Amino acid sequence: MTKRKFGLALSMVLAASTILGACGTDKEEKNGNGSAGEKEAIDFSVAMVTDVGGVDDKSFNQSAWEGLQAFGKENGLTKGEGGFDYLQSASDADYNTNLNNLIRRDFDLVFGIGFLMQAAVDEIASQKPDNHLAIIDAVVEQPNVASVLFKEQEGSYLAGVAAALMTKSKKIGFVGGMDIPVIERFEAGFLEGVKAVDPSIKVDVQYTGAFDKAELGKTTANRMYSSGVDIIFHAAGGTGNGVFAEAKELKTKDPDAYVWVIGVDSDQYEEGAVGDTNVTLTSMLKRVDVAVQNISKLAAEDKFPGGETTVYGLAEEGVGLADSRGAIPDDVMAQIDEYAKKIADGEVTVPETVE
Amino acid sequence: MSNRLVNILVPVISVILGLIVGAIVMLVSGYDPVAGYAALWNGIFGDVYTIGETIRQITPYILAGLAVAFAFRTGLFNIGVEGQLIVGWFAAAYVGVAFDFPKYIHLPLALIAAAGAGALWGFIPGLLKARFKVHEVIVTIMMNYIALHTTNALIKTFSDGGDNTGPINPSASLRSEFLENMTDFSRLHYGILIALAMVFVMWLILEKTTRGFELKAVGLNHNASEYSGMNVNKNIILAMVISGAFAGLGGAMEALGTFEYASVKGGFTGIGFDGIAVALLGANTPLGVIFGAALFGSLKYGALNMPNEAGIPTEIVSIVIAIIIFFVASGYVIRLFVERFSKKKEAK
Repeated sequence: MTKRKFGLALSMVLAASTILGACGTDKEEKNGNGSAGEKEAIDFSVAMVTDVGGVDDKSFNQSAWEGLQAFGKENGLTKGEGGFDYLQSASDADYNTNLNNLIRRDFDLVFGIGFLMQAAVDEIASQKPDNHLAIIDAVVEQPNVASVLFKEQEGSYLAGVAAALMTKSKKIGFVGGMDIPVIERFEAGFLEGVKAVDPSIKVDVQYTGAFDKAELGKTTANRMYSSGVDIIFHAAGGTGNGVFAEAKELKTKDPDAYVWVIGVDSDQYEEGAVGDTNVTLTSMLKRVDVAVQNISKLAAEDKFPGGETTVYGLAEEGVGLADSRGAIPDDVMAQIDEYAKKIADGEVTVPETVE
Repeated sequence: MSNRLVNILVPVISVILGLIVGAIVMLVSGYDPVAGYAALWNGIFGDVYTIGETIRQITPYILAGLAVAFAFRTGLFNIGVEGQLIVGWFAAAYVGVAFDFPKYIHLPLALIAAAGAGALWGFIPGLLKARFKVHEVIVTIMMNYIALHTTNALIKTFSDGGDNTGPINPSASLRSEFLENMTDFSRLHYGILIALAMVFVMWLILEKTTRGFELKAVGLNHNASEYSGMNVNKNIILAMVISGAFAGLGGAMEALGTFEYASVKGGFTGIGFDGIAVALLGANTPLGVIFGAALFGSLKYGALNMPNEAGIPTEIVSIVIAIIIFFVASGYVIRLFVERFSKKKEAK
């Protein structure tokens, strides 16, 4: 039954896309895959390679995959050949293979998600100069690669402001994944944001050394909360799920406990749900989905920004805070918005590195 | 039943059994096992590119397997191959980046550095075992963590806070344009020749030298060896050093061939731990390690194509691959039983 419904929905999408596709502008046939006459949906396919996290990491990779799905839906594409797809890597050695596999399947644009893939994208790009690639969180200087960077420090600055305004114990925690430049931008922005509100607040900074070890995140969070920290901002991907787990445990034991987590990358509200309450204060959004969609759109319109580096900051709405759903009162929200405006207007520049 | 028949039948049956159970897993989870296995096959032997990549994947497995097997033959459980491989990886990358010599000096130097680093990492647990009877399993496991985080810190210092040593100089690289062109830009490199040479070296040491005989004797019964005048402690240390050197070379394969750099790692590579299974599958013999590594490497690499071509999720793929390896390993157990059984009969 559900299958039939799905099939119906699928054919509806297809039908709709045929109609929409007809009004689409003429695009260069890059693949020359035979069916030159009629077009179903747009003639553009896009795929991405994740790191070891996978598309259900509730964070970075998931956000990218949601971007691709949204792009596909918008343009009447389906998952799989000639539409959109992803491959997950089991180890660092798999990046090259996965990128190559997707290129061999004739995807018009292939994303490498994450700085870890920099060397692999660089290598494949020079081997396949006719194919278009894109990389998130790193710069690859090749004419056929579009690079995307985020000003994580700006979003994290707001997270820091929010945490500083909301803390009662004057102790805040930061849990990082690996100690790498990207995560340092989170840390630097966060510290700066806290300092801007109240320099006397102590921030406990801990790096777990991994993005996929929830148990490490849990023990770190446990130590922080028991030392009096009441708000933890995590920039640790899957490791951060352990931070949520610990906060939820505390909240289950004592529903009045004042413990909060600030999520990262995507809106992690659902991750923090405990019964009727929630431990998610807000999430620092890094709109990888927006970036993926934008680059795909440009490429589909034959305006692929090859060789360019696009930077998404607060002004470009590439980073920001998620809806707190009432966890942050309106008057505090208004203060945060003021800080946001200052950054977007260029009045305040947030440092990328910790001094 | 003739011995030869058993030898051929056992592995064939166990592989078929593994494939059947794997197929059931795929069927139950709603995926097409035929498409899945076709994708696995194509992922390994599909074209020159995948064949090249499969061989590349096998290369470090051979060396990791040799490292474990060599220690096993001397009665030592070297669980620290992972750590020895990581320090070897870093040492090779460091020499590759920091120096600039002609190829015939640079490449051997990088390889020696990797082997030396691995040997040092094996020497410490060997010494502790020989001198203070500290169990090598505990020490080697802990040395893995020390290796991981020390190299991470070194890479950071080395690259001024970055996460990568940067690419090694071409003069230290194992890669060759010839092999790459032949295999449509796969990362196949000359490391496979080194790995095979090491297989020969291990065979030579164990079977053709007095020292090898002593090492094996210590492994079989160290009391008897001591009684017959062998220096057990020295042999334990030596076995760990050689084992570590093999593992270090395995790291060099990654540093000088596959990646051409060393980067900060969030966790273990897993190659060293898989090396334990490779060695056991190969019955701790040099030739057996080649087969174990070939099985492990090709399944690991071919598995990547299953989500790609047949749309099977990675989780299911991992289960299927684990089942196949599990059955192959139990096939070895079955054979062991059969052999023991027939030996007992002969004795009577």
